[in-house]
Amino acid sequence: MKNKTALLFLIAALYVLILGTLFGLLASLQYSLPDFLKELIPLNKMRPLHTTTVISWIILSATGSIYFYISKVEHLSLFSFKLQKVHLGIFMLTGIAIYVSLVFGKMEGREYLAFTPILTIPILLGWFLFGINYFKTIRKHVVNWPIYFWMWGTGIVFIIYHLCEAYLWLIPSFRTHFIKDTIVQWKSYGSFVGSWNMLVYGIAIYVMSKIKNDVSLARGKKVFFFYFLGLSNLMLGWAHHTYFVPTLPWIRYLSYGVSMTEWILLIHIIYSWKKSLTKKEKQDNSMAYKFLMAADFWVFINLIIALLISIPAINLFTHGTHITVAHSMGTTIGINTSILLASLFFIVSKVKGEVIMFQKLKKVYYVFNSSLLVFFSVLLFAGAKKANWMFFEKNTSFSMMQDSLYLTYIAFFVFGLVLATSITILAITLLKVLHKAYKKEATSTL
Amino acid sequence: MQQTKSKYNIIIIVVLISIFCMYNVVIYTSKECAAPIKLTTKALEGQKIWQNNNCWSCHQIYGLGGYLGPDLTNVFSNPNKGENYIKAFLNSGVKSMPKFNFSEAEKEALVAFLQQIDSTGYYPNKEAIIKPNGWVEILYKDEK
Repeated sequence: MKNKTALLFLIAALYVLILGTLFGLLASLQYSLPDFLKELIPLNKMRPLHTTTVISWIILSATGSIYFYISKVEHLSLFSFKLQKVHLGIFMLTGIAIYVSLVFGKMEGREYLAFTPILTIPILLGWFLFGINYFKTIRKHVVNWPIYFWMWGTGIVFIIYHLCEAYLWLIPSFRTHFIKDTIVQWKSYGSFVGSWNMLVYGIAIYVMSKIKNDVSLARGKKVFFFYFLGLSNLMLGWAHHTYFVPTLPWIRYLSYGVSMTEWILLIHIIYSWKKSLTKKEKQDNSMAYKFLMAADFWVFINLIIALLISIPAINLFTHGTHITVAHSMGTTIGINTSILLASLFFIVSKVKGEVIMFQKLKKVYYVFNSSLLVFFSVLLFAGAKKANWMFFEKNTSFSMMQDSLYLTYIAFFVFGLVLATSITILAITLLKVLHKAYKKEATSTL
Repeated sequence: MQQTKSKYNIIIIVVLISIFCMYNVVIYTSKECAAPIKLTTKALEGQKIWQNNNCWSCHQIYGLGGYLGPDLTNVFSNPNKGENYIKAFLNSGVKSMPKFNFSEAEKEALVAFLQQIDSTGYYPNKEAIIKPNGWVEILYKDEK
């Protein structure tokens, strides 16, 4: 079955990934060279450009992967191919409008959603169309849904909800109460990330079960138990972001209780899968397999960090420092991007009819992971220094503390550059195959 | 058998979503703290300027925001900083801070916003008490 639109989602996602890393590099440069081009590319423009673009990478690649799996791997007839095209069209046009909004300084929004709020309406419309297409297709064709179908459905519904919630500040009764406003804002962000994780982790389980050729991996009681635990976490476990905002203690208590169990979920599933893999299966889909293993490693590292910083006594010192950034980079690059790259390598093997062998991209793979590890460690170090400054250095100004981190920021940029280069090489490799596949589908009459 | 399994899954999801709805209603409607502070019209104007210029890209409030500039939660009440310091910085363009051209009224609005934020609490919460179970009792501003 043809599905050019799914390929276009993935092609757009990879271009956006390259662009997002470039914006990230330019933003990181300002930490070591604060005066450099600050009027031309100030951080108050570069940061929203970077964050919006990398979030778009996650959303587009996850959405494109799901459309591809449904139509080209599961061979289900989509409820409406027209809706899928409209969905892509809306996302592309809104993406352009967002860049115009950010470049020309029309930024009436908030952190992570800095663009003018009206542009969220078409984004929501795109998600509604995706939801209609997804649920209508799956309900019609699938009984006894494997876990990934539940996870993708949950992700779509909760993304719509939390995207709306992120704009409650437009209502005066929220906006005027600063503490409540801050709490609700960060509640929506935390749960929004949990929602896209439902899409991404669902993809991880899907690719695993396909590599292993065993759908029972996604149907067991244990898997569903972890899914419900993850869902509870998505709903109630966001408040570690706001432990020190002076709100009512019960909100913070509740969050402490349910915090971070979601990580245990994924590491458990991936380990169970890895244990049972045969050697022959490992040789299939080798780049996809390697990236799932990389995600496995990053889940382990981030699990430790996440569990530690969810303890209020530790969060007191780490909150507001680069340790939080290290955690978010570790999860968005190490876990989300690794899983999504695994998905793309899996898809490429399907469209090409042959697997991209690990040997071919071995060096790039190791450079990606090792540069990310150093980049991550540099941020942990910077965070530890800032925590020490916040609580124990009485006579040092913020500016002096930043100056003392000069070499750290240089390392942050250099390893960011190496990481961005490896990501670009991987993206170009995937783009070449996807472009060919798109042309082939466009000229095919079937 | 399979249908029964799906039914159980749906029941669990319905229960979780019901809890989630009640939880949200409580968060959205309850008082956020013992003594909530409502932003004045002038402070709301300052908040708008803060958003329109993406001040959170570099600065933090309660440790939430960017890392290039300092946290501004208690900049207003800091004995070495305060209102004049904030106003002087706004259009100075020193170091990584872009050179803004705020009018006097805009500067006043930003100061009013920061002043009201300052009145809500402390960050970093240096007098917080760490409990043996890992919990932290934070110091609220109206407790002092």
